[in-house]
Amino acid sequence: MAKLNVNPTRMELANLKKRLNLATRGHKLLKDKQDELMRQFIQLIRKNNELRIEVEEKLEKAMQSFAMAKSLLHENYIEELMAVPSRTVSLNIDRKNIMSVRVPQMNFHYDDNVSDSKDLSYGYLNSNGELDLTFEALTEVMPKMLELAEIEKTCQLMADEIEKTRRRVNALEYMTIPQLEETIYFIRMKLDESERSAITRLMKVKDMGQ
Amino acid sequence: MPSKIGVVGDKESVLAFKMLGFSVFFASEAKETRRLIDSLADKDYGVIYLTEQLAELVPETITRYDAKMKPAIILIPNHAGSRGIGKKRVQQNVEKAVGQNIL
Repeated sequence: MAKLNVNPTRMELANLKKRLNLATRGHKLLKDKQDELMRQFIQLIRKNNELRIEVEEKLEKAMQSFAMAKSLLHENYIEELMAVPSRTVSLNIDRKNIMSVRVPQMNFHYDDNVSDSKDLSYGYLNSNGELDLTFEALTEVMPKMLELAEIEKTCQLMADEIEKTRRRVNALEYMTIPQLEETIYFIRMKLDESERSAITRLMKVKDMGQ
Repeated sequence: MPSKIGVVGDKESVLAFKMLGFSVFFASEAKETRRLIDSLADKDYGVIYLTEQLAELVPETITRYDAKMKPAIILIPNHAGSRGIGKKRVQQNVEKAVGQNIL
């Protein structure tokens, strides 16, 4: 490992010792952060994976049945049916802090008075049974979709942060700290050596005087 | 702070989401999709569901929003079925964070 390019002086030695101290403390903190992030990430990502598989499966079915329903009706009718949404959903995004990663916390509000899922707001005329089934399937999958959105975004942000933290930990552990240690060792040896040579010279000078 | 939920995709697949109270936008090519996503992100949309077919066309737009807190771009399959891009993205996250695929 390369030592730093510094002058071997007492002053520099004190500085380097201070830096080493700081680096070690920073390394410990970052390492703790990384471990905790990783623990939480693994919990979340498993849930994310399960949710995604489930949501994809259900959505696919719902969309297929919608395509079916749509093929049986004239396009204009469908658009007319959809023109007035039977329910509204509003979304509030707060920030949550997981180990200094800012992740979104999504709060969803369904409009309660129409949230009775069996209550379809379109007429029997110009609609068909497939459409009802589609709507039912979509209503069922919607909460899962919203949950997936929150978890997936959180996982994404955490993965980024974990990667960054790992780089920092590694840089400290394998670059900064060994360099500092080596340089400190080098300076200490150099100082000792110059001290010994000073003593030897003094002894020599004293001998010459006698 | 209230946000909205948007869905972007081909008409056959995403029209149904209008019933749930999401805002639905149609797109079929890369340019349209890119413009839609950028304008939705500007307009305070918190979640954007995007079909995988379109996501395939605009990967760099999606990665641009990955590091931001808002909006969350979530991939969904369309009526023709899933292409596995959404799942692949989850696994990429795992690999990025853990170093290998543990799922």
